[in-house]
Amino acid sequence: MYQVKARVLSNEKVGEAHYRMKLEVSQIAKDARPGQFVHIRCSSDHDPLLRRPFSIHKCAQGRIDILYQVVGGGTRILSKKRRGDQLDLLGPLGKGFEVEPAFSKIFIVSGGIGVAPLYMVAQEITRLGQGKEVTALLGAKNKELILGKDDWESLGLRVMIATEDGSEGYQGLVSALFERLILSQTSLSLAVYSCGPVPMLRKIAELSSHGGFFCQVSLEQRMGCGLGACLGCVIRGTSGYLRVCKEGPVFDAQEILWDDPDLEIR
Amino acid sequence: MGNIPDLRVSLGRIHLRNPVLVASGTFGYGEEYKDFVDPGELGGIITKAVTLKPRKGNPPPRLAETPAGLLNSIGLENPGVEMFLKEKLPHLKRLKTKIIVNIAGEKKTEYLYLAEKLGKRGGIDALEVNISCPNVEKRGLIFGTSADLAFSLVKGLKQATDLPLIVKLTPNVTDITEIAQAAEEAGAEALSLINTISGMAIDVNTRRPKLGAITGGLSGPAIRPVAVRMVRQTFQKVNLPLIGIGGIMSAEDALEFILAGATAVAVGTANFVDPAVSLRIVEGLRQYLRKMRIDYFHHLIGDLRI
Repeated sequence: MYQVKARVLSNEKVGEAHYRMKLEVSQIAKDARPGQFVHIRCSSDHDPLLRRPFSIHKCAQGRIDILYQVVGGGTRILSKKRRGDQLDLLGPLGKGFEVEPAFSKIFIVSGGIGVAPLYMVAQEITRLGQGKEVTALLGAKNKELILGKDDWESLGLRVMIATEDGSEGYQGLVSALFERLILSQTSLSLAVYSCGPVPMLRKIAELSSHGGFFCQVSLEQRMGCGLGACLGCVIRGTSGYLRVCKEGPVFDAQEILWDDPDLEIR
Repeated sequence: MGNIPDLRVSLGRIHLRNPVLVASGTFGYGEEYKDFVDPGELGGIITKAVTLKPRKGNPPPRLAETPAGLLNSIGLENPGVEMFLKEKLPHLKRLKTKIIVNIAGEKKTEYLYLAEKLGKRGGIDALEVNISCPNVEKRGLIFGTSADLAFSLVKGLKQATDLPLIVKLTPNVTDITEIAQAAEEAGAEALSLINTISGMAIDVNTRRPKLGAITGGLSGPAIRPVAVRMVRQTFQKVNLPLIGIGGIMSAEDALEFILAGATAVAVGTANFVDPAVSLRIVEGLRQYLRKMRIDYFHHLIGDLRI
């Protein structure tokens, strides 16, 4: 874990309220594992007071990318940052995805901005080698919000698109596309990695549990320190409260109490 | 004389190398910040509250930001005193700083048991008594809101342990100095003030409270002027050393408390914003003393010019 002043290399608008920021952070980039996050101080004054957590989207040669959507004050300030600006970053933080060589068939399922933490897990899987059948299902409201499709295709895996308005690929929710694809499959060597809105993840977790698949999801919660000290970012797990910053943000789907209505961030 | 400027201060029998502590609940049990802070550079660590039995805490969401502030409703989540002794204290003991253990309970007997148990172990320099918890015995009354209850609790604790007792006061009272005086009469070594201010925030779109527990405690820069005022009032009424707490983000903020009458400060919410802020504050205080040509930090305590 490091605290660094990171230089903004670029901050590009890639969707209606979506941005891709590249940051120069050599140590964090070296240590980052798929699914981990950085905790960014968006403002140096007291509004907003707390840092904001962002999944590491990509990481290479001394820099990381984050992909984010403007949802409030913190991300709005972030979206105004320009090349050369400096940001105070903590990272890499949290527990990431686990990729086992034994998994032969893998689904990566993303909904909206949930694509952010999944790209690195896809890279890791491709690095681990041949003989794997990897499918990435990218879902969004419309085709403009399918972010980084070219990047995914360049990884050499099967990419399928689901849009709610049918402007590209399957028309409907990405969880419904996933359901069609895994219909009648039961396999212990099948793994699912997912991130997106809670109702979608709930569905993915339920289908994976039925099929007996290994399933990991990345979750979010309002966060304080990001280091496991304040106990502010908990969600309900089957064994009690779990800290998103420490036990997560990546959890085994079966660790989570999916029927808790408060899983959806207020 | 190489120690000039001299930052040492004493809270009764507790001698600190410098006046900067980290506040209860914002620094875990000392392990979480190890990559960012060398505890040996701090005056001391005040631990997350320890209760008799494990507490699972309040339902999420537990945090809500407000202008320059943070509302929390963690609910004293902690592993209980047995686990604390087994798993947290051994690590704390190795840190080269003062270890102040915050204790909380719902009944007087719980506090007494905790104090007795912790007092028998080496490696603890003081107890900070959180008297802001609901008192189940007295049906919802809070120890910290009644001078009589506070007096009786501290008096009892004094008999249960030889450890110095720092009583942490709640601001959610009409006159904090009454409770402060009661704690002083009962034998407290020092006072910490303030705990969070009771508050609430509502999401108007969903019409739901922003916290799972509905209400919570407000901290951060938003509460600092209230805390500084209460330190000043208490300083005028009691002779005990005070630990000033409430929205300290910088050395300048810390100095406000010192000039108002605090002997030391505890940094809380700022640890979430910048994990190394406590060390920056120590350095900032040192620079201030040099700039002002003051050799001894303790000369600043209560040195308010009116």
